Amino acid sequence: MLDGRGAIRRRAGARLWLSGGWLLLLVTVALFAPLVAPQDPLAQDLMSGRLPPFWSAQAEPGFWLGTDSLGRDVLSRVIWGARVALTVACIAGPLTALIGGALGLIAGFYRGWADRIISRLVDIWMAFPPVLFSILLIAVLGTGLTSIILAIVVIDWTRFARVVRAEAMNQGAMDYVAAAQVAGFSRLRTMTAEILPNVLPTLVALLSLEMGISVIVEAILSFVNLSLSTDAPTWGGMIAEGRTSIHQAWWVLAFPLVALFLTVLSFSQFGEGLKDRFDPVLR
Amino acid sequence: MDDARPLIEVENLRLSLPDLAGKPLIGPAPKLEILKGLSFAIPRGAVLGIVGGSGSGKSTLGRALIRLLEPSGGAIRFDGQDITHLPEADLRPLRRRMQMIFQDPLSSLNPRRRVGGIIAGPLRLHGFDAIDRRVDAALDHVGLPRSFRGRYPHELSGGQRQRVGIARAIALRPDFILADEIVSGLDVSSQAQVLNLLEGLVADLGLTLAFISHDLSVIRRLCRNVLVLHRGEIAEHAPTAQVFAAPRAAYTRELLDAIPLPDPDQPWA
Repeated sequence: MLDGRGAIRRRAGARLWLSGGWLLLLVTVALFAPLVAPQDPLAQDLMSGRLPPFWSAQAEPGFWLGTDSLGRDVLSRVIWGARVALTVACIAGPLTALIGGALGLIAGFYRGWADRIISRLVDIWMAFPPVLFSILLIAVLGTGLTSIILAIVVIDWTRFARVVRAEAMNQGAMDYVAAAQVAGFSRLRTMTAEILPNVLPTLVALLSLEMGISVIVEAILSFVNLSLSTDAPTWGGMIAEGRTSIHQAWWVLAFPLVALFLTVLSFSQFGEGLKDRFDPVLR
Repeated sequence: MDDARPLIEVENLRLSLPDLAGKPLIGPAPKLEILKGLSFAIPRGAVLGIVGGSGSGKSTLGRALIRLLEPSGGAIRFDGQDITHLPEADLRPLRRRMQMIFQDPLSSLNPRRRVGGIIAGPLRLHGFDAIDRRVDAALDHVGLPRSFRGRYPHELSGGQRQRVGIARAIALRPDFILADEIVSGLDVSSQAQVLNLLEGLVADLGLTLAFISHDLSVIRRLCRNVLVLHRGEIAEHAPTAQVFAAPRAAYTRELLDAIPLPDPDQPWA
């Protein structure tokens, strides 16, 4: 049969494979960073500072993407930085989805006083400027990976709560929910077994976006030096350092930026691709 | 069980819903009375047609009968038991015995559940045994191939979806089924098939059926008695034949006049 479905499948396939491929590569090098990274990411050598990438005539073997002003290997630092970025994405993302999704589901399905409390909380939360809020939180919690993750969860749960609440309300008005009541299913069972599967595609799409956003937030916080200790390799920290020497050594800024861009893009595309590929209801 | 007693008895039933359109800025919405004191009974094995224009309260009445809505006054008795204000937990054992078929079959079937799961879920909940066999039997009853168990609702046609809705309801072997405008969303040939099917099932399974419709010609085929609702009150409650031959209420005559008659020879003028 000749219709548009084949084309959608193919495009979804390419999207899924390209983004999935990049994420897989990133996860692999992050997991095996000590083996994969050609140099020690912290080793400084002032004599070989600001070496250009491998295609340049002044490049030195072993420093594929050049070195920064302190002579640290850019490739190795990007690889070790992926560790930090992925750790934050993989813990903060699901945790945010879990908390925000659960609250949104309860508010949207049960309505009543639960909805009133949760919705007002979301309204109050959204009135804070997020970047200042996170900087404030880090100032209180202290720097470190746990603080970053906590800050992301505390700030971004509202994103999930709002969207999931609206979706749960839509689904709650459908007759299959009334049918579940006619069958005698409890409200809790109806929420988890009937509504949740129908909210899940939205939740997964949001989660993949949120993982990308977590990477960005981590980069922003390291950019303003509020993430890990200053010499620990993070993409945001590298971008901040590279900014000061952009005219002499553009590669120090460019490569972590490219890695950041591809990762955030891949997360969102991966979510969309998953939805297109595995949602039984092809919309 | 007392067979002489009607399965469903409704006494002076009143139901009000909040009128959200008239809600003041502060304070609760005013109540709008939808059902204004209805009394009737549905004997065992009977098929009662409930007819009325839009806004007459027929769907609200249906949803009150199977306690998707709680009445604000009067009483509903199911098999002698007062269910008017029964809390959801106490209703649960009765749920198996009163089922509903919905108007919009697509909306009433969970889009992310396969047909087999949709029919089996309620069976499992009510502790039936041999669930696989019962699902197959239900599909056989409604004339769907057993292979449809693995399909999703969006892969079926409108008529097939409505058959799944019917299969879900009859699989529980209920005593009472409420059918709310179940053919109004279907094309004419699917309508006829679904009505034939329902007619056969009522006879085979000894069901008591309340059939809600805005279309008197559909009611005429299926129901021996008809209840005509008008603005939340009973305009007429009589045998169908009598209603068609000699309608007593003015409103019933209006409804009858609204049936398009298949007379191709009638001049256009």
